[in-house]
Amino acid sequence: MSRIERLAQTLQEVLGDRALEVLVDRGEVTLRVAAADYSLVAELLRDHPELAFEQLIDLSGLDYSGYGNRPWPGPRFAVAVHLLSLRHNVRLRLKVFAEDDEFPVLPSLIEVWPSVDWYEREAFDLFGILFEGHPDLRRILTDYGFVGHPLRKDFPVSGHVEMRYDPELRRVIYQPVTIEPRVNAPRIVREAQYGDVDHG
Amino acid sequence: MAEIRNYTINFGPQHPSAHGVLRLILELDGEVVERADPHIGLLHRGTEKLAETRTWVQSVPYMDRLDYVSMMCNEHAYCLAIERLLGLEVPIRAQYIRVMFDEITRILNHLLNIGTHALDIGAMTMVLYTFREREDLMDAYEAVSGARMHAAYYRPGGVYRDLPDQMPKYQVSKVKDEKRVRELNRNREGSLLDFLEDFTERFPKYLDDYHELLTDNRIWKQRTVGVGVVSPEQALAWGFTGPMLRGSGVAWDLRKKQPYEVYDRLEFDVPVGTNGDCYDRYLVRMEEMRQSNRIIRQCIDWLRQNPGPVITDNHKVAPPPRAKMKEGMEELIHHFKLMTEGIHVPPGEVYAAVEHPKGEFGVYAVSDGANKPYRVKLRAPGFAHLSAMDRMARGHLVADVVAIIGTMDIVFGEIDR
Repeated sequence: MSRIERLAQTLQEVLGDRALEVLVDRGEVTLRVAAADYSLVAELLRDHPELAFEQLIDLSGLDYSGYGNRPWPGPRFAVAVHLLSLRHNVRLRLKVFAEDDEFPVLPSLIEVWPSVDWYEREAFDLFGILFEGHPDLRRILTDYGFVGHPLRKDFPVSGHVEMRYDPELRRVIYQPVTIEPRVNAPRIVREAQYGDVDHG
Repeated sequence: MAEIRNYTINFGPQHPSAHGVLRLILELDGEVVERADPHIGLLHRGTEKLAETRTWVQSVPYMDRLDYVSMMCNEHAYCLAIERLLGLEVPIRAQYIRVMFDEITRILNHLLNIGTHALDIGAMTMVLYTFREREDLMDAYEAVSGARMHAAYYRPGGVYRDLPDQMPKYQVSKVKDEKRVRELNRNREGSLLDFLEDFTERFPKYLDDYHELLTDNRIWKQRTVGVGVVSPEQALAWGFTGPMLRGSGVAWDLRKKQPYEVYDRLEFDVPVGTNGDCYDRYLVRMEEMRQSNRIIRQCIDWLRQNPGPVITDNHKVAPPPRAKMKEGMEELIHHFKLMTEGIHVPPGEVYAAVEHPKGEFGVYAVSDGANKPYRVKLRAPGFAHLSAMDRMARGHLVADVVAIIGTMDIVFGEIDR
């Protein structure tokens, strides 16, 4: 049994019903949990000797509205956490959906892995996902006084406002963007087997 | 008695030793740092958002502009992610070329880091020497891709083209006479591999020179030994990777532990520090360059003996050769579809990581089956390192903040994305 399969099995055993889904795909394990179990599972993942995920490598926000160019049935916002266990040399993706689309809130992992600090700030900044228990949830990548969450799918690539120097007012002003949005290559989702030899 | 207040000073965003646009708010008690609050995002260009609006291949040049001192390693992680989503096999020659250029990139990055780090804390000479060697490696970049920095050389499925048979040469001009040009072109008469071999023969000697300049230098040691000490437990908890983690004594290198491409066929050692201070991290980087040099030599030997394709022959991913396109209908259709619509990547998600010179550079790519990524998350090592700035700088003197920024190997292209 490979390391990946063994990890998937251990996860099932240790977490039981808390693991909503353990998916093995392309040599990677994805564990989906409910928002209510999120911080408890995180602690188990770090402390259980057979899991021992000492390091949080990455935390990424996700906005699923528009996935596959179709309306998305489930909750819109999710967080994907990438964990690394140096002891067992395996990686794990921990995924959790925020229940409320209008006001996505998830518990913060800052007590479990301190390195999550800026990643949660980033997910808050770019997606507007709130992390309960984070001591310093400020914007991080966008400008001071920025409005909106740029990586949400309903945020235009060109943004809403642009900044320029106004020679009459003799100061920098914000104004609505003057850029015309333009798509060079449209986004297309083909049906399965499109263009295969047997399928014409 | 007069009331004593803490100072709050603004370090940056325009400061020569901030390595870019870092704004650091320092709260000082005398000269001792009480709190450091880095403000980042001044170089935020929205790479992740832009990648969502472009086809998979169109985003490759954006990857160069992330960590703009180790360009090809960024491309590597991105191409690996696409290949893993597609389940695509890369020709073995392309894998060797990628490994070779990854290691060239590692030397480029460490040379810049050590040169500028020394410059920041008082050793002017280093940077002059390291930039001399960087020039040779930049020429290798240029020979293979046409660009000195932003190469866009790696492609999903392989690399853009095979290694060139000749190097670009200097020309006689107003400032260079024939004698000088002949001297400059001496190691450029052969192929790129000859040029690189010549470099790998010279480079260990240069490394010895650097050691002579810095390693036992009293001022250098005073500024780095015992500064920014990170214990192995702290390094793990704070998400450190690469030389920052190895400097603290954790022997973790993705090239050894989770080998990608052909790293499992190559011989090299992973240097590890003991004290976890700036000086140990410096020594780790110095030794990594020597090991990279070793790897490059092994790649050169292999590449000399084994010609072959350098990009996949799956024309749903890589365009067919131009000569075939002129005659074949099928090839023409493939080319047209690829250039207008791009690759269709099956739905799913992967996280591909490489041992970037600065640490673990990862690309988390989510596809919904379209010709564009649904989401690309770039995991930059510098982001995690800088987030520990407050914890590392607390209790140190202001001057040590500069040493800590230098040892973190900060580049804002990747942190702000």
